[in-house]
Amino acid sequence: MAIGPDDVRHVAALARLAVPERQLPELVSQLNGILSHMDALAKVKTVGVMPAAGVGDAAMPLRTDIGPPIPLARPLDSFAPQSRDGFLLVPRLATHESAGDDESSE
Amino acid sequence: MSGSAVSAVRDAFARMAEVDAGSTGLNCILWTDEQRALDDAAAVDATPSKGALAGVPFVAKDNIATTHLQTTCGSRILEGYVSPYEATVITRLRDAGAVLVGKSNMDEFAMGSSNEHSAWGPVLNPVVRTRVPGVSSGGSAASVAAGVVRIALGSETGGSVRQPASYCGIVGVKPTYGRVSRFGLVAFASSLDQVGVFGANVADAASALEVIAGRDVRDATSADCPVDRYTAAATPDLTGVVIGRPREYFPKSLDPRLVRRCAEALESLRARGAEIREVSLPHTDLAIPVYYIIAPAEASSNLARFDGVRYGPRVAADGLREMYEATRTHGFGPEVTRRILLGTYVLSAGYYDAYYKKAQEVRTLIAQDFREVFESGVHLLFTPTTPSPAFEFGAKSDPYDMYLNDIFTATANLAGVPAISVPIGDIDGLPVGGQLIARHFDEQIMFRGAFALEAARVGAT
Amino acid sequence: MSDAPRKAPSVTDAYEMVVGLEVHVQLLTRTKAFCSCSTAYGAPPNANTCPVCLALPGALPVLNEEAVRLAVRAALALHCTVNETSIFARKNYFYPDLPKGYQISQFDKPLAEHGRLDIGVNADSTPITIRITRVHMEEDAGKSVHDRYPGVTAIDLNRSGVPLIEIVSEPDMRSSREAGAYLRALKQVIEYTAVSDANMEEGSLRVDANVSARLRGETKLGTKTEVKNLNSFSGVERALELEFARQCEVLASSGVVTQQTMLWDANRGEVRPARSKEGSHDYRYFPEPDLPPLQLSRAWIDAAQLSLPELPAAKVARFIADYKLPPTDVEVLAASQPTAAYFESVVKEGADPKSAANWVIRDVLQEVKNGASISAFPIEPSSLAKLIGMVGDNTVSSAAAKTIFAIALKTRERPADIAKREGLLQERNEDALAGWVDQVLAENPNVATRFRGGDKKLLGVLVGLVMKASKGRADPKAINQLLSARAAAGE
Repeated sequence: MAIGPDDVRHVAALARLAVPERQLPELVSQLNGILSHMDALAKVKTVGVMPAAGVGDAAMPLRTDIGPPIPLARPLDSFAPQSRDGFLLVPRLATHESAGDDESSE
Repeated sequence: MSGSAVSAVRDAFARMAEVDAGSTGLNCILWTDEQRALDDAAAVDATPSKGALAGVPFVAKDNIATTHLQTTCGSRILEGYVSPYEATVITRLRDAGAVLVGKSNMDEFAMGSSNEHSAWGPVLNPVVRTRVPGVSSGGSAASVAAGVVRIALGSETGGSVRQPASYCGIVGVKPTYGRVSRFGLVAFASSLDQVGVFGANVADAASALEVIAGRDVRDATSADCPVDRYTAAATPDLTGVVIGRPREYFPKSLDPRLVRRCAEALESLRARGAEIREVSLPHTDLAIPVYYIIAPAEASSNLARFDGVRYGPRVAADGLREMYEATRTHGFGPEVTRRILLGTYVLSAGYYDAYYKKAQEVRTLIAQDFREVFESGVHLLFTPTTPSPAFEFGAKSDPYDMYLNDIFTATANLAGVPAISVPIGDIDGLPVGGQLIARHFDEQIMFRGAFALEAARVGAT
Repeated sequence: MSDAPRKAPSVTDAYEMVVGLEVHVQLLTRTKAFCSCSTAYGAPPNANTCPVCLALPGALPVLNEEAVRLAVRAALALHCTVNETSIFARKNYFYPDLPKGYQISQFDKPLAEHGRLDIGVNADSTPITIRITRVHMEEDAGKSVHDRYPGVTAIDLNRSGVPLIEIVSEPDMRSSREAGAYLRALKQVIEYTAVSDANMEEGSLRVDANVSARLRGETKLGTKTEVKNLNSFSGVERALELEFARQCEVLASSGVVTQQTMLWDANRGEVRPARSKEGSHDYRYFPEPDLPPLQLSRAWIDAAQLSLPELPAAKVARFIADYKLPPTDVEVLAASQPTAAYFESVVKEGADPKSAANWVIRDVLQEVKNGASISAFPIEPSSLAKLIGMVGDNTVSSAAAKTIFAIALKTRERPADIAKREGLLQERNEDALAGWVDQVLAENPNVATRFRGGDKKLLGVLVGLVMKASKGRADPKAINQLLSARAAAGE
């Protein structure tokens, strides 16, 4: 399975990384170089083998439904890049130039 | 004892200034606050009930959250970030009386194989400064090797403590996955990450691990498993201990001088009563492909939170998407970028089964290898820690070539078992380490072997 | 429900609507799913946040036990099989109100699967059953406010990490009416089991609908669209009608329905395509490495099953059987657990079930609808039972009982005390009754004369006048008898 420039563009978009076009060829070749070594896995028979889910057989420890939360030594607005009235601020999504679409995340 | 913590901290800062000075400074410590450390030391001196590590100065890798020194993970994306909460391991060390004197340099987000990938410049190997100190906890290893501190915290994902310990001639421990809380350790690959410790010798490493080990309610993967007194494992006798020598870790291509150092080490263990047995871990050669799928996959997800919204420097841009891309592209270095892309790719639609799922299945086989060999009556495995001693800066340019340095260490992370690297001698004046691997949560026997290995060398020199 | 202005009946009639619903329900925990922050609604922005739900570097999730208990409870109430091992997974996407860059959810191995919910009966009285595909646990995202400040989006992470369950149905609904019935039945089960307050206005119950159209008789599913932003049950029904009509028109003109996300705009009453989200959806699910598999023992699950209250369907059946009440009344009484409990208490206190049902439906629920809560209803079930009893044995008249009820609502006094104080007890004393009769006959000589002359039609008028004179205290039956006797005697 060879990776092409479009694949790199696609995953860079998913990962919110801007990859300059001039860096693409080198990245494509490096990633293909790495992935070529991964082909060794395809030859391993894993029929009936469970994928590792976490490490060890320990079950999940649960917490009781009580506070208080882990405290913050400094308030959020002291380390947030941009905040106002307690809100964090980010540039508005291009698709939200007109308010009204309450398209918050799913 | 009055004033002993303060004087230990003064000594540490004096030594730090010495080793980091000048153009060939080690660059091992990134962030310090001497006054604060001295105040902490004075408080320890003033406390009548002394903890297990009262007055012992330590450094912590820059990916462990501390509330007064920056936690940048060696990355621009966290430049200037001071955590508003403290990692459990830091709290436990401080509660035992240890004093944090600095945050150590590292490869960005612990990715890299040479410590050439810090945003704040490379760490030099204190033994030979033209060589790499090992990844990725290079700053912590160099701090201990150069005598700044006797104990240091590192983190392990594929060998990031054991490899630099081997390159720098000190002791490095990767505990069992779940032995030490990860709360406050900035995640690289969550299913592989574990806080590790460096010690100037085995006893130092054991004393630090004793303090930080044990269940933490803030980490759902931390195990509720009793913690032994590792410092009490120093017995001269290994009678009844079976040590396996896995043949896959001694390929024909291995440097014969390293083979000889290993043979000597095994002989010293045999001399103390251990039985040496040839064993096989057949899936060993698949560890690197498995590791380099799982680790980048998890990393691509773990590093999504660095988006310029809640903390860290933001690179301003017009739209939200543009802000994300500007912030992340500026913030991450080339190796991190490469691995995020790789990890995103192997998880993306259409590739998940062939890469990630397959890798997790093969990971199960690797873990089974260890289980079977331990169930066959073997208590410990002995291997070289790394295929070679520390190499020159710039010697390896191909990423995959670099990844092969993890070939003997990544297996323990994949299987979750504990492992330790102990110096076993030199090759042309460069230290090399031997690795002891034990079954899950049996750090006690691992330390027993390590103490024996160390005693043999102390006796030999 | 027939609100589809653009629809040409002849077009849609040829098609069948196919609907599946995804419902998110916020669990009633005190703290968030993976950290100890409060889930209280309405706190100042970002006041309920900590290292975990802010996704600070190095913070880790630890699952809330109560969230698991409530999720299992809901799953069992929906007749799901709860998996002894379920796995949390990361759903990766960038959004500023999703701090980690992934949502902790469940994917391959959800908490529970294969459930069902009965939403009514067919014409042949067989139940209409909607299959539940799965119930899984996940965390909520924060809130993005786009219209507060110019040019920027404001993020509030108080909701980030609040525990949710997602209940996914099979595409088993065939009309907007069935979708509405499903939602009402689901909300009822959720409320019965006290898993959530299921309040759509506050967002503790949210609905996404998958809808497609196909020619009647066709068995294959058509291409579906997802309708989001549904903010009320009636909105769901209207949005489905509109979207179905739109799809029918596309199909009828030999077009192809595009798989896409549609948004319901309640203000404009229209459904329109969501502006395309940036990038494609590729969530890169993988098992959450920070959380080991969730293991629940069979014994624990069985105990949870036993702790379930009687569910709505069972209660309806029992009320019909035990109290011999008409199904329409029972639907009302069993609509909510507190109402059902109130009704049953009234009956247990000795009231006749039919009368109790009438009083609860007609009088109590009227008050509850006016904003009161039935749990804190000022008239205790025992008092209402007494009042019903007083009507039954003619201690008070029905009219007086209404008056007593109205007073008790305000004063919380016992009905008997009110009746006595207000002089509302039915008067049975012969002399008193005779006095009122004499008075009325004296005051209305013409009527009295005609009545005595044998005009029986005037009996009712006279009874009414006597009742009035007695201020409702006279027993109408006794007056009736008394007047009839006088007429017979020619007095």
